[in-house]
Amino acid sequence: MGSEDTSPVLGADAVATVVRAEYGRVVAGLIRRFGDIQLAEDALGEAIVIALERWPRDGVPPNPAGWLTTTASRKALDHLRRERVRDEKYAEAAMLTDDTPPEPTGPVKDDRLRLIFTCCHPALAEPARVALTLRLLGGLTVAEIASAFLVPETTMAQRITRAKAKIATARIPYRVPGPDDVADRLDAVLAVLYLVHNEGYLSRGGESADREDLALEAIRLTRALRSLAGDIGSPPEVDGLLALMLLSQARRPARIDDAGRLVTLDEQDRARWDTGLIDEGHALVRECLRRGAPGPYQIQAAIQAVHTDARDVSLTDWGQVVALYDQLLRLRPSPVVALNRAVALAELDGPQVALAVVDELELTAYAPWHATRADLLRRLGRDDDAGRAYAAAIATTPNPAERAWLASRRDRLGHGWGEGPGTP
Amino acid sequence: MTQYLLSVHGSVDDETPTDEVVQQMYADVGRFNDKVREAGKWVFAGGLEPITTATTVDATGERPTVTDGPYSEAKEFLGGFWVIEAADLDEALQWAKEGSAACGGPVEVRPFNPA
Repeated sequence: MGSEDTSPVLGADAVATVVRAEYGRVVAGLIRRFGDIQLAEDALGEAIVIALERWPRDGVPPNPAGWLTTTASRKALDHLRRERVRDEKYAEAAMLTDDTPPEPTGPVKDDRLRLIFTCCHPALAEPARVALTLRLLGGLTVAEIASAFLVPETTMAQRITRAKAKIATARIPYRVPGPDDVADRLDAVLAVLYLVHNEGYLSRGGESADREDLALEAIRLTRALRSLAGDIGSPPEVDGLLALMLLSQARRPARIDDAGRLVTLDEQDRARWDTGLIDEGHALVRECLRRGAPGPYQIQAAIQAVHTDARDVSLTDWGQVVALYDQLLRLRPSPVVALNRAVALAELDGPQVALAVVDELELTAYAPWHATRADLLRRLGRDDDAGRAYAAAIATTPNPAERAWLASRRDRLGHGWGEGPGTP
Repeated sequence: MTQYLLSVHGSVDDETPTDEVVQQMYADVGRFNDKVREAGKWVFAGGLEPITTATTVDATGERPTVTDGPYSEAKEFLGGFWVIEAADLDEALQWAKEGSAACGGPVEVRPFNPA
């Protein structure tokens, strides 16, 4: 660990980035070794404090994960020595003492896979699953998770503490589920990653329109899950979810303008889309189609693929979009999906047909329902009705960027602005 | 190994099952109990008489009181339970799924404090 074999000195922010990137696999390995989430987290926390102090000065060691694991293991053993009540665990852990740096493959991967199944166990409530996944696998602080989900830090700390206590006392196992359960359990993991991504895509609050860090974290974890899934066979829905996230992320540079305002799909400058991410997403969607086992995430990814395939909004294959929504509705009937289908239907069969469908949906508490109605009414020349619908949408959404966008749409009424689908 | 309580809860709103349903339930629960014993996971189990037979004793005050009826006025009540040994929660949940199907009611799973 001498400074002679370290890489160039980095600033504190870069060190924090390295630590976050390594957090999940280091904590997962420590949990396997010590069988105690709290102990693993506390020990890693102490190791990180030392890293944040030393690395900016001495440089990052060549194997940061190995350094953190070794340092945290020593801290954990110190804790166990001090706490004599833990004699038994100390003996177990001491027998497993292993100071060799973790391999980049093999058991290290398994540890993270085990941990994500523990974090997303059905015996935990969904908000706790999301929080634990971000805390343990994403390495986010409790304060960061609390601010992302608009709850007080003490509430989030309590939620995470309670979940960890349940894992310990009810003995929620730390392993990949057996073949009988793995499909159901994987669905729960994907649902958590999807929720994290959605929160990143359109944040429920705060000053900014999105939380790009959360969206990127969801992508990183889904990529990790996909590379880990080799052991249990990579299900097409994992690829579908990753493609969905990549194709959403690809549009981000055009989705929010320089003033932080949302730009709708029809008005986005498509030259600003990230073609690298689009190519990767499209390749995944093609692979999903080839495998022929469609699921909700794959279909949503395919819808995104149709949109990102059109160099101009006028070239969008709306018939294909509506057909995919029909397929999604058969698999997962939901008024929100029906609303999105109606937006595409408006492009195919006109606003009158779409409005009739939208008015049948019971979604009065959902801002996009009001916004869609407003846009369809505007296109039908019913400006007064449209104005009222925009006002209802503004009153329903907590997102400041969305409110600003809706207000600007309302202000444009009667000025003959362009046609187009109406939700961001 | 941890011991888990698998408790079966009924509600006063539940319809009274027919004799046929009751006989089937006894047979299914009997088979499930045998399976738990054969697996070496059995600690104790029992079904309870109706909630109308309950008596509540409270000796926390100056003088103990004895009252007719259940402690809680809730509509839900404990109908029976198993105490089993299981390696972890996943194993306990698997037994609970089979137990719930056998007795025809939802099953709550809770670990015993090992102390």
